[in-house]
Amino acid sequence: MPLPARAAISLSANLRVSGTRSLWQQLPARTSSSTLARIALASTYTRASFSTFPKVAYASVAASNKKPFTADKYPYLKRDESFKKVILRFELVSTYFQSVNESYSLYCDISQLTEKDVEYFKSILAPSALSQDESDLEAFNNDWMHKYRGQSKLVLKPSSTEQVSKILKYCNDNKLAVVPQGGNTGLVGGGVPVFDEIIISTANMTSIRSFDTVSGALVCDAGCILEVLDNYLAERGYIMPLDLGAKGSCHIGGNVATNAGGLRLLRYGSLHGTVLGLEVVLPDGTILDNLSTLRKDNTGYDLKQLFIGSEGTLGIVTGVSIMTPKRSKAVNVALLGVSSFENVQAAYKRSRDELSEILSAFEFFDKGSIDLVKKHLVAGKNDPLESPHPFYILIETSGSNKEHDDEKLNNYLEGLLTDEIVQDGVVAQDTTQYKNLWAIREGIPEACSKVGSVYKYDLSIPVPVFYQMVEDMRNRLDKEGVLGEDKSVDSVIGFGHIGDGNLHLNIPANSYSEEVINIIEPYVYEWTAKHAGSISSEHGLGLFKSPHLHYSKSPSMIQMMRRIKNMLDPNGIMNPYKYLPEK
Amino acid sequence: MSSNLRILVACKRVVDYAVKIRVNAAGSAVETANVKHSMNPFDEIGTEQAIQIKEALAKNKGNADVVVVSCGPAKAQETLRTALAMGADRAIHVESDEELQPLAVAKLLKAVVEKEKPDIVILGKQAIDDDSNQTGQMLAGLLNWPQATFASKVELAEKAMTVTREIDGGVETIKTPLPAILTTDLRLNVPRYASLPNIMKAKKKPLAKLTVAELGVDVKPRLETLKVAEPPKRQGGKLVESVDDLVDKLKNEAKVL
Repeated sequence: MPLPARAAISLSANLRVSGTRSLWQQLPARTSSSTLARIALASTYTRASFSTFPKVAYASVAASNKKPFTADKYPYLKRDESFKKVILRFELVSTYFQSVNESYSLYCDISQLTEKDVEYFKSILAPSALSQDESDLEAFNNDWMHKYRGQSKLVLKPSSTEQVSKILKYCNDNKLAVVPQGGNTGLVGGGVPVFDEIIISTANMTSIRSFDTVSGALVCDAGCILEVLDNYLAERGYIMPLDLGAKGSCHIGGNVATNAGGLRLLRYGSLHGTVLGLEVVLPDGTILDNLSTLRKDNTGYDLKQLFIGSEGTLGIVTGVSIMTPKRSKAVNVALLGVSSFENVQAAYKRSRDELSEILSAFEFFDKGSIDLVKKHLVAGKNDPLESPHPFYILIETSGSNKEHDDEKLNNYLEGLLTDEIVQDGVVAQDTTQYKNLWAIREGIPEACSKVGSVYKYDLSIPVPVFYQMVEDMRNRLDKEGVLGEDKSVDSVIGFGHIGDGNLHLNIPANSYSEEVINIIEPYVYEWTAKHAGSISSEHGLGLFKSPHLHYSKSPSMIQMMRRIKNMLDPNGIMNPYKYLPEK
Repeated sequence: MSSNLRILVACKRVVDYAVKIRVNAAGSAVETANVKHSMNPFDEIGTEQAIQIKEALAKNKGNADVVVVSCGPAKAQETLRTALAMGADRAIHVESDEELQPLAVAKLLKAVVEKEKPDIVILGKQAIDDDSNQTGQMLAGLLNWPQATFASKVELAEKAMTVTREIDGGVETIKTPLPAILTTDLRLNVPRYASLPNIMKAKKKPLAKLTVAELGVDVKPRLETLKVAEPPKRQGGKLVESVDDLVDKLKNEAKVL
């Protein structure tokens, strides 16, 4: 075969071109003859023969009806040209040509391939730990909300810290940009690439390194799935200090890197408190081994804190040491129906007095939330309460003595009912009911996504004006005429962690639209800043919120963050285009 | 339809359905200390059914007196309170710290039935702890009453009930005069949650205590448990390299070819 491997062209499965000739005719005159030759040669092969070419070489034909790339959706994002192109970057050679009903863009490589890079990665990783297959990459390039779509052509799945170190050192030396990725459950596009960054997945780093049954210190690899860890601890009478809806997929390394909050924060505090130590690989390959299991260690700058919530912009977390509390023997869950948000606050205030140390969750959601769960999920098939209420509270207590907890909870609930702070409520009588009640609360994000697309905002707001945000947004969208049946926006709902002052403002809609985004933003950020809140309570910044960081942080703080970033990652290869706003 | 009925529902306190069962160190029983207990799910379904009958009767200006009964240690009262919170009218606790086997429970229930004279006795088809599936049938035998077991649908008529039962490969519909024994299957209904107002009301509902001696029943166990063992640990799956490898493993390790 005369065609050099690196110039071979594989046409994507989406292409339905009516033969070589039509493709030929569509090409603009300025296309160089050698490119034409390659296309002509390649397109005479059958698809089967393409697969014999190294998959690094291609031209891609993307149907315009496919989900747009993040880079196309956000035109302000420009690829940093100081980064070396790992594999080809596509250059547009022909704008559009029509097939029967759809239009396509034809992209074709005109730059050099760097198989040498891939060969290097192959030399340090197991064959199965590296993939350039387009269908494999789909899962790594897309986020679960189908909001972001990167264009990475290479995913690496190292299984040891040493491998991560070698990969990063090579990438840093060669100016190859990388995106660390855990379970890919993020909500702000922080874990998926924007352009052709290499994806470094922690999926193969799954060992539990040690567990101290006396202190409860757990040391494990970054790729351990949160639920797997929680089950491991459950068998030993302990519990992970964090819990979130994505527990079945998310990795502990990702949790730490994004400083995930979740449902147990009220009781056990944030990861800034529970993480005892970290093992981090810096961009130059240095392994920063700080896997301490000590609760108290007052020696020098607490470097691990810098990486908690750094979203992969400073280094890759490869190991985590975390303090785990004892699992409570007695757990109670109640779901309450409340008539006003004032009463939600009153119930919360009272819970801190009367339930105090056994209170482990105080979650709230509105009627719109439960309506979506009822409509879209199995969890909502049986409404625990007889009639609908404007607000709901899910309250959980965890303690060591069932009688003691039952009595406290019953007195508290009776008081609420007698004083008409709550209108109705149920208390789970067994573990099945306990799980079903939680399933309603945890199912809200999933129910929202069943509508189509969700505009998600995760805000810290002072509790007194907490729900006013939802109402203001609802009025605003209604006034603009985009909210309601047969309109683009389905509803505006609010739920979240009252105890942490964390509101999840979700706006499920048929699809993402520029028009709606412009109604919501920057209004939502301005509103939050006006009330001294935070524009990202627990989801992080990622790609989504980095341009809006200034609503929550002062210029001097942002400047300091930049200096830290430049010091640890002078080439800027770690998770570029995100976290900090463009200068 | 009978405008006034009395329904007796038997409720057992068992290790919670969702708890991972462990055998005790001596290998003589399931570990129950420090383990979450709840009402046997089939008994929950039975309680729900009784309350639904009561609610249906109330619509026709009738009434049903729903009495829940549990035999066992003092903690069984928690289970009875749950049933009362769901909507039962009153409860009877037959206290005993002895091991109660199905025959003993059936005899105790017979004594309670003779005192309470219910029209229907509802039991779960089995308790999820010992899976005996005997008490309802034994009680029917001792009382010489008709029985409708594994009910998935119940319809009441004048002094009779029509019961749909789930059987292998289909359903069977039978009709029985009252009084009768009814045992519940999984798909009969979905039990309600205990609501706050009802939990509060439940505290004031009567809970009568009886002893085994008062009922004059011999509860001595007839069966002796020799050994309780966990099922063998499941072996993890293995990845094979090739078809030949698979065939080889099937032939020489699994010995199925």
